[in-house]
Amino acid sequence: MSLREQWVAFLTILVKEIRRFTRIWPQTLLPPAITMTLYFVIFGNLIGSRIGDMGGFDYMQYIVPGLIMMSVIQNSYGNVVSSFFSTKFQHSIEEMLVSPMSPVVILGGYIAGGIARGLAVGAIVTVLALFFTDLSLVHAGVTLLVVVLTAMLFSLAGFINAVFARNFDDISIIPTFVLTPLTYLGGVFYSIELLPEFWRGVTLLNPVVYMVNSFRYGILGVSDVNVGLSLLAIFGFTVVLFLVALGLLRRGTGIRH
Amino acid sequence: MTALSIRHLTKTYKNGVQALRDISLDVHKGDFFALLGPNGAGKSTTIGIVSSLVNKSGGEVTIFGHSLDSARELAKKKVGVVPQEFNFNQFEKVFDIVVTQAGFYGIPAGPAKVAAEKYLRRLGLWEKRDNQARELSGGMKRRLMIARALVHEPELLILDEPTAGVDIELRRSMWEFLTELNRQGKTIILTTHYLEEAESLCRHIAIIDHGTIVENTDMKSLLEKLQVETFILDLAGAVSAAPVLNGFTVRLRDARTLEVDVPKSEPLNDVFTQLASQDIAVMSMRNKANRLEELFLRLVERNLDSEVPA
Repeated sequence: MSLREQWVAFLTILVKEIRRFTRIWPQTLLPPAITMTLYFVIFGNLIGSRIGDMGGFDYMQYIVPGLIMMSVIQNSYGNVVSSFFSTKFQHSIEEMLVSPMSPVVILGGYIAGGIARGLAVGAIVTVLALFFTDLSLVHAGVTLLVVVLTAMLFSLAGFINAVFARNFDDISIIPTFVLTPLTYLGGVFYSIELLPEFWRGVTLLNPVVYMVNSFRYGILGVSDVNVGLSLLAIFGFTVVLFLVALGLLRRGTGIRH
Repeated sequence: MTALSIRHLTKTYKNGVQALRDISLDVHKGDFFALLGPNGAGKSTTIGIVSSLVNKSGGEVTIFGHSLDSARELAKKKVGVVPQEFNFNQFEKVFDIVVTQAGFYGIPAGPAKVAAEKYLRRLGLWEKRDNQARELSGGMKRRLMIARALVHEPELLILDEPTAGVDIELRRSMWEFLTELNRQGKTIILTTHYLEEAESLCRHIAIIDHGTIVENTDMKSLLEKLQVETFILDLAGAVSAAPVLNGFTVRLRDARTLEVDVPKSEPLNDVFTQLASQDIAVMSMRNKANRLEELFLRLVERNLDSEVPA
């Protein structure tokens, strides 16, 4: 296939993915909007007003970047894992396997779809947050880079999960038992400076801490960790997961006999 | 020119099942080729490998001169596949399914929509273009898969039991459509359990059983191998016993029906002459089974016998 044809094929998957998550918006776009609004009301307004400042900002402002990032992580992961597993489950993956599309294009299309949903939900949550607090954008470039890389990283993780999944239980285990604890303990609701030294050390092993803090740095200008190193780590993880996912797709793991 | 060349193809699944044991065959450009065999013989595995849905264990597949190993993209562009099972997203709209498939082949939206309309109209699905696929009947779903397989204008169309479970009227219209496609130059490979279908449509045939090719020839030569044909004769009046006919084996099915084995070497006229001499009138006559079906059963049974240890 020529480069132009590969580009058309990539856009085809991306459009298909966007069409899918917008068609089922009550399952994909509405729930995070409702959940995050509840977080803003309960943690931000009601409880937050009694907590006081954190990291030099009022509590509502402090948690907003983390909550946006939490939505991006959950939705980019959820989009790819459910969409790709569904294509396996319904055998419609064969439509792609018989075509001359390269594995890079197939993977790229799904990742772009995951990023699209992650960013769409991130934008919705950001707009909702503006009803509750004022937000500035201290480092726009860092903010954009972190959010796109994180969405890409978790889209890739969702893809790998879908490759190995054999039933619908398999696509909910990781989000429930791994992703949710990592996100809640990833500095979304508190500064890790508040933790005892031992637990701070343990928390630093959680990759979500680096994403949340880098994103918070982009919006508020404060971070508990080194932003440069964080970006490098996110980028490194993304490259590793991309190569793993591509290898699985090339070998046909879980999708070809 | 060879549309499809398969050389020494083998496939062993992870569970140890050897689905294909050194298969070789050629399908020439413009041919209408039948791949027959009992369930589990290796037909779908062969098609799966040719359409890149199954990884082969060994051998080589070449499509219009392009190897699936070294020129995979070029080879895949030449093929359209209609699988046995429905394999589209049931919640997508009919039109979107076909246009999206064109996109997977790098065809931009404009020309993709034109091609999708052409085949949806031709297959009687245009009125259903905005319906979700799950709302279609079984026959419509099969036609949708054919439209989807044709949207990128492949030179080789592979259909894995395309008429399974469709009614007679639809089956006939599909036959007409496939014949028309073949006349326009498309090479067609068909697997089917309806041997009448293979006999009516196909010029060449390969029979696969237990992962090996047991017959690979043109339809005419194959049918010539049939040494004995069995006919059912409906009689005008009842008879109490099977009449004796020189050179033929006759069995009485019921008082008004005879079953006669006619060797290829004997003229059929002799049957009627001898029956007339015994005052037995025949009202109608038909083949007991499709001729290809008889041959198929004999070939497959022979293959089975050869596997039975002494």
